[in-house]
This record gives sequence, C-alpha cells and structure tokens, in this order.
Amino acid sequence: MSIDISRDDALDLLSQMLRIRRLEEESAELYSQQKIRGFLHLYIGEEAVGVGAMRALRDDDNVVATYREHGHALVRGIPAGEIMAEMYGKANGCSGGRGGSMHLFSLERRFYGGHAIVGGGLPIAVGLALADKMKGESRVTACFFGDGATDEGEFHEALNLAALWKLPVLFLCENNRYAMGTAFDRHVSDDDIVNNPPAYGVHSETVDGMDVVAVERVVHNAAESVRETGEPRFVELRTYRFRAHSMYDAELYRSKAEVEEWKKLDPIEQLKERALGATLITGADIETIEQEVAREIEEAVQFAEEGEWESIDDLARHTYARDLS
Amino acid sequence: MTTYREAIRTALRRLLLEDSRVFLMGEDVGRYGGAYAVSKGLLEEFGEDRIRDTPLCESTFVGAGIGAALGGMRPIVEVMTVNFSMLALDQVVNNAAVMRHMSGGQFEVPIAVRMATGAGKQIAAQHSHSLENWYAYIPGIKVLAPATVQDAHDMLLAAVEDPDPVFIFEHQMLYGIEGPFDPKATPSSPWQAAVRHPGSDVSLIAYGGSVHKAMTAAEELEKERISAEVIDLRSLRPLDRPAIISSVSRTHRAVVIDEAWKTGSLASEISATLAEEAFYELDAPIARVCTREVPIPYAKHLEDAALPQVPAIIEAAKRSLGNG
Ligand SMILES: Cc1ncc(C[n+]2csc(CCOP(=O)(O)OP(=O)(O)O)c2C)c(N)n1
Ligand SMILES: [Mg+2]
Repeated sequence: MSIDISRDDALDLLSQMLRIRRLEEESAELYSQQKIRGFLHLYIGEEAVGVGAMRALRDDDNVVATYREHGHALVRGIPAGEIMAEMYGKANGCSGGRGGSMHLFSLERRFYGGHAIVGGGLPIAVGLALADKMKGESRVTACFFGDGATDEGEFHEALNLAALWKLPVLFLCENNRYAMGTAFDRHVSDDDIVNNPPAYGVHSETVDGMDVVAVERVVHNAAESVRETGEPRFVELRTYRFRAHSMYDAELYRSKAEVEEWKKLDPIEQLKERALGATLITGADIETIEQEVAREIEEAVQFAEEGEWESIDDLARHTYARDLS
Repeated sequence: MTTYREAIRTALRRLLLEDSRVFLMGEDVGRYGGAYAVSKGLLEEFGEDRIRDTPLCESTFVGAGIGAALGGMRPIVEVMTVNFSMLALDQVVNNAAVMRHMSGGQFEVPIAVRMATGAGKQIAAQHSHSLENWYAYIPGIKVLAPATVQDAHDMLLAAVEDPDPVFIFEHQMLYGIEGPFDPKATPSSPWQAAVRHPGSDVSLIAYGGSVHKAMTAAEELEKERISAEVIDLRSLRPLDRPAIISSVSRTHRAVVIDEAWKTGSLASEISATLAEEAFYELDAPIARVCTREVPIPYAKHLEDAALPQVPAIIEAAKRSLGNG
C-alpha cells in the first residue's frame, strides 16, 4: 500500500504510537511488580485510533474518553510522568492519585477524563458541546467510547439529543470487536454499527482503525465538518485489542489464532513497512525513535517513583469546593 | 403573600436575567410551562436557547447538564419528579458527585437540579415516593429541601451560586402554598437548620412537606400546654447536626418526622446522630414518625394512612413526655 504523507508526519505518527505501546508495556510490567494496582486496561493494538484521532483535533477541542485512555491522554499532551504517577497513585499524578489508570484528567489539555461507567461519558460530551454552542465557541467535543457502549441507552439518547439540538459532538466509536468477553455479534443486533446513527439523522462512517493515516484523514474531515456545521458526526474505528480486557482476564472467549490474525495488522508494523517502503524513513530513524521513547518512559517511571504520597490528612480534599465538616 | 411556585419562578427569572451562563432545561419546562407550572412564561421571555424542552431522556439531559457545567455554564435542570430521576442516578452518583475528587480538584460541576418529591396527590406508587435520602447519602453533592416560600426562592439562588452540584427537592404539596416573601431579603445560609417554632418540652425535627405537619402538631400541642420546638432541617446534606443537638439539648426529647420509609431513612440518620452525640441529653427514647413500609397506594384513605400525619406526631410527642 502506498502512503501519501510527509516524512515529518510519518516520524510523528510512528513515534506517537510507539510512545503508547512502550508506556503500556512498561505499565503491564509494573503491574506484575504490584507498583500499579486496581484495574489496568491496555490499548495495545489500538494505537492507530488514538494517535490518528488526536492528531486530527485542535488543542482547543474537548476530549472525553473511557477507562482505556492512557494512549489518548499521552498523545493529547499529558506528560508520561504524570500518567505513570497517577497509575502509581502518587500526588504528582495527573489526577492527584485519586483517579488511577481509569480516570486521567487534565484541565489544561481539555481532557475531561477517563470514564469507567460504560456509556457514562456520552451525555457529558453532549453537555460540553451544548456549553460551547451557547457560548458561541467553534470547538469540537470528541467523545471516545467502545462498541460495548453502543448497547447502552445513553448512546442512543446522546445521539438523539446531539442531533436534535445540533451540537458539535464528534462520536468516535472504538470498535475492537469485544465488550469484555462478549463478541460484537453477540451484543449488537445489527452487524454494522454505522447503520445506527443515521436513524437519528447523524452522519456516520467507518474507517480501518489499524491504519493510522486513514484514521487521521477521516477523523480530521469529520471534525472539521462538525466545526463548520455545528452538527454531530459519528465515526466507527475498526480495531482490535491484542491484550486481555484488563489484567484479570483469562481470554476464554476468543482463540489465539484470531488474535494472531489481527496481530498481522499491527498498526505500528503497518506504518513502519509502508514508510520504509516509500523511503520516507530509514531503519536508523526507527532506532532513534525507540531510544527517545525508551528514555521518556524511563523518566516517567522515575517521576512516579519519586512522587510523594498524598497525606491522609488530605483524604477529604476535593470532595467539595470547601470542606463541609 | 406569594406562592411557593411563584417564588421559584421569581428566582429563576432573576438568575436568567443576571447571569448569561444560566439556562433551564428539562421535560416540558418550556411550551408546557413546567409539570408544576413553575416555569410558566419563561420560554416567552427568555427564548428557546435558555429555556430548553428536552426529550425524555433523564440520564442524558442530567448528564448534559453536568457536561455544560463542566463547560462553564450554570445549568438549572428540572427533573419532573424524584421518581423519574432514578433514570439519571448514574449520572449523579458516578459523574456529578465524583468529578472534582476523581480529577484531583481540576474540574467542578456547578449544576443545580430541581425536582418534585413526596406524596399526597393520590398519584400512587410511581409518582409519590420520597427518595431524597438516597441523594443525601452521597458525598460530593449537596441536598436542599425548601419548606417555605422564602426558602424556595433563596435556596435556588444559593444552589446556582454554589460551585458544587446541588439537588433541590420541592415537595409536590407545597407548590400552591402561600407565605410571606421578600425577593430582596438577604438570604440566610441554606446549609443551616431553622427553628420554625420555638419550644422547650420536645423537639419536632422535620424537613420539606413534613415541616408543615410538624407546625400544626406544635400548635395543637400548645393547646395542651406542651411546648414543642419545630426544627426545619432545610439542608439534608450537609446535615446541620449542631442545630439538631442543640435543640434536643434544650428539650431533651426528640420526635423525627420524615415522609420516607423508616428503614434507612434520614430519620434513622438523625436518630443515630442523637444517640451518638446527645445520648446523655435525652430523657426519653427518640421517636420516628415515618411512612409505612408499603408502596404509596392510590385510594385516599390508604394514602393518608401510609403517610406521617399530625395525630401520629402529637401522639409521639406525648409519648416522649410520658403521657401518651
Ligand atoms: C455501565 C457499566 N456496565 C458494565 C461495566 C463493566 N465493564 C467494564 S468494561 C466493559 C466492556 C466495555 O466494552 P467496550 O465498550 O467495547 O470497550 P472496550 O473495553 O472494548 O474498550 C464492561 C462490561 C461498566 N464498567 N459499566
Ligand atoms: Mg470493545
């Protein structure tokens, strides 16, 4: 397959995807060392979605994500150290140690979380877009959610409301074919989720979520259309998670062969191959990126290791604007 | 004299006029004028952008209110009644209440949510329940229950001004009551309980619709030379525990009146607080006058029998004085 991007873009796309992959590989390792606890949901295999989509947005746009959001947070600009420290539960984490892996937040980056109630972020995204519309801002609110979220009533309510009120929401469905252990065709009645949004008058399209260049192009066009028209759009990003749902999953619901088939579509390997083939980049470039990423991750771990624990005296902090007790 | 509903409308108008970030949304708040006619006329005055009729999707319009609050607006969301708010409970518990904490203090949700609660209109088991204790259970949100016309107005102003999510429970039997009202009066803090009727023999502790029943009981008791003090809790979260303890420390007897079912009610919480913190002040066992543990029935005589009524309050007060 040919590739129609610049050398700089190729290097950036590759580097962003590798940052996610290596950060998460390190997280898994730290999980087995019990430095990271709780739930940990890896995005490995799905990097093209987060990277392509995030590059298509503007800094001033809003982002609402799910509990599988390390990649989105990282590419959005939350420093790797703050993400890692949050997973450690340290006070220098991006949510002060109160959120953990599933609840990364950043006011500065307009990153409205990490939401772990499936479908629960969609109404929030609709409201953020409503606020922008009422204030006359030309901002897009990008809302990421899984295929599982499309089962929830809030998905349908949110599409209806966003369409009815003409709100600038970009619905980004990361269809990785599974909701935990339930395969797509066992939880959605239609075999094609793109058929759904048009029932609410919402423009809907699908893109190969293993192709980062395609993701960026499609999401960019969709985002700019939302910005221009002020109306919502829906994009399905077809992808696959290579790892277990979370660290507790024995993966009884799918075959190793199926996973291996999808690994042949690894978005990082695909991009490398195409960019090398087009002589946009060289093996030495990849080497350099790997080294830079390794250094970044090492520093992130160090930042987390050196972080302080929040004092227990401050346990009740941030429950209300002012302490009520 | 003004009605409770007019007082809320006065507060809504003032907020809409003074702050361009304020808007009202909910089912039938616009063309219909509000299920309880609270917002009548506001659509004509403020237009469709600020008085928004929503589809029937409690979870999503409450969630959108939360999102709009995160996005810098000051939404007032009307949920027709607490019974329907169950569909939005996820957004309340898992989003509004936790956003500030979970984000390490980066984000706040200055939303005000109003809803009707309570029984008394013969509308049976899906339109009559009192579930405000479920809300009062949740750290991260605040809960108000205006019992008077003035409070109906003042508490809405306070709720919209507050940086945290505030839930206001308006008892459906109160919308039509009339009472003294001064829109320009300096509002008292809504987070403190009020003594509505001073007394020295027994404390009648109530909130919302039950305050009026407690007042009637206190007047009846007075005829029998029993001096009852009526405490209107006003705020259900935070609870003004010092005010409750201080009243009972004067009267040494407590009757808690609550239209919720007794088991797990706010009446239980108040009783436990008194047992923990004012045990040695008590001269008699604490009494609770609550709703019978049945779904609220339709037939008038059955509905009346299910709810806390004045005679039961009087009887409980007398019993605590040893002459029941
Ligand atoms: C409302 C709700 N129900 C159930 C769960 C438990 N749960 C967590 S993730 C998940 C699967 C979601 O699948 P999907 O939306 O496709 O996202 P993915 O994990 O594949 O990224 C479930 C059922 C939850 N967190 N929230
Ligand atoms: Mg999925």
